[in-house]
Amino acid sequence: MARTIVPFGPQHPVLPEPIHVTVTVEDEIITDAVPALGYVHRGLETLADVRDHVQMIQVVERVCGICSMIHAACYVQGIEEMMGVEVPRRAEYLRVIWSELHRMHSHLLWLGLYADAFGFESLFMQFWRIRERVMDLMEATAGARVIISVNVIGGVRRDLDEDQCKWVLSEVEDVEKQIRQLQTTMLNDYSVKKRTVDVGVITKEQALELGAAGPCLRGSGVAQDMRMTGYGAYDDMGFEPIVETAGDCYARGAVRFRETLQAGEIIRKAIAGLPEGETSVKVRGRPKGEVITRVEQPRGELMYYIKANGSKNLDRLRIRTPTFANIPPLTAMLPGMELADVPVIILSIDPCISCTER
Amino acid sequence: MAFMTPTIVKNFFGKPATRMYPITTREPFSNARGELYIDVKECNMCTLCARACPAQCITVDREKATWECDPFECVYCGVCVDVCGRKCLHQHDQYRAPAVEKFVMHEQGEIKKKPKKEASDSA
Ligand code: SF4
Ligand code: SF4
Repeated sequence: MARTIVPFGPQHPVLPEPIHVTVTVEDEIITDAVPALGYVHRGLETLADVRDHVQMIQVVERVCGICSMIHAACYVQGIEEMMGVEVPRRAEYLRVIWSELHRMHSHLLWLGLYADAFGFESLFMQFWRIRERVMDLMEATAGARVIISVNVIGGVRRDLDEDQCKWVLSEVEDVEKQIRQLQTTMLNDYSVKKRTVDVGVITKEQALELGAAGPCLRGSGVAQDMRMTGYGAYDDMGFEPIVETAGDCYARGAVRFRETLQAGEIIRKAIAGLPEGETSVKVRGRPKGEVITRVEQPRGELMYYIKANGSKNLDRLRIRTPTFANIPPLTAMLPGMELADVPVIILSIDPCISCTER
Repeated sequence: MAFMTPTIVKNFFGKPATRMYPITTREPFSNARGELYIDVKECNMCTLCARACPAQCITVDREKATWECDPFECVYCGVCVDVCGRKCLHQHDQYRAPAVEKFVMHEQGEIKKKPKKEASDSA
């Protein structure tokens, strides 16, 4: 058996973003995979030197072009903790609603790309068609489709009135109905299963040892989700993580599919319990100290380390994104698989490369 | 694939999901954040917007009473609109149309003639 080295990426039809994997194959079977990152590094952390801590909200939102709101929520949560700001309950609820809308659209985007990766074009189009309605929800409620910019230190900038709440509820219900119509295709279809079941398996032990995050971890049977810690208003949502045990691509897909529906459930709960009151409080002064905050992003646990010295600019901002944590598990998933499965396996961790490289 | 058949049949006979863009366009939602504009008569050149803008694309010159903004660097965040005490910055609900050449929005405000000092002298 001759050894062949196949470069996968950085430009590949299946990849929305550039990542390079050097795949070593013997015949068609992968024996080794070495990832290389760094094609889209933007130095956003360093921008903290020249932009003040309030302007940084808009900067961190641009770390990820998919779950921008959750990045900003994590960042302001850290600054608020440092400054001892009591955020109004209504603002926390609104953050949950927008976070879950973001999760919904992010998972729908992924489900589409994933379907595309295993060659199911019409399923891809269906998911993206549904996603468009979630994007409309965001534009109507927050003013923009993706980078919705609703977070400020001390609360949120926009509010939902009663009519909007009703409209969001009915739209979410409709979206869920449409997603359910695709459930059998996504979870029971023969050709889908053929491409995903027993492909890219990592066991529970491996997932824990390699530090997997998000659906990658929960797909291997570990019930770990930052929302279980009840940050923001999640303590009122009665949140239960979604777990699958197989640890293969199918399980990761199933986790995300069910989380999309769960997001709708959480939005309903949050709107039903939306308390009256202010949406933001005035914050004076500058942050000082050190803080680590964590939230659950669609791809997994997101962590911010913020160090401030009481001046306008932060001392240090460190962002650890979930895809970064999911790269080592990826290298464990590939060996033993066939070369043709590489696109599906890489997509199954939901790689967000710009996020990872910041 | 069999599970997709109802969806496919429905799509076949249903309305198309896309529009005949650019012949038909979707109107933006009413409070979407779009193109920035200023009502310069109201502006008192306080420079708050220039200092708050995360993209640093606004320049305010107090002496010459000019307000400038590079619309191609603006990220439509609306922070300047929020901080302006005179409420003279606004956003359309539509984003700026693409342009062939870049330019800077230049607005000339009113030059205030030596205000406070003389006033306090005469008082
Ligand atoms: S909308 Fe944002 S980026 Fe644009 S000028 Fe205002 S503050 Fe700057
Ligand atoms: S904040 Fe408002 S009043 Fe002040 S310079 Fe900007 S536009 Fe003018």
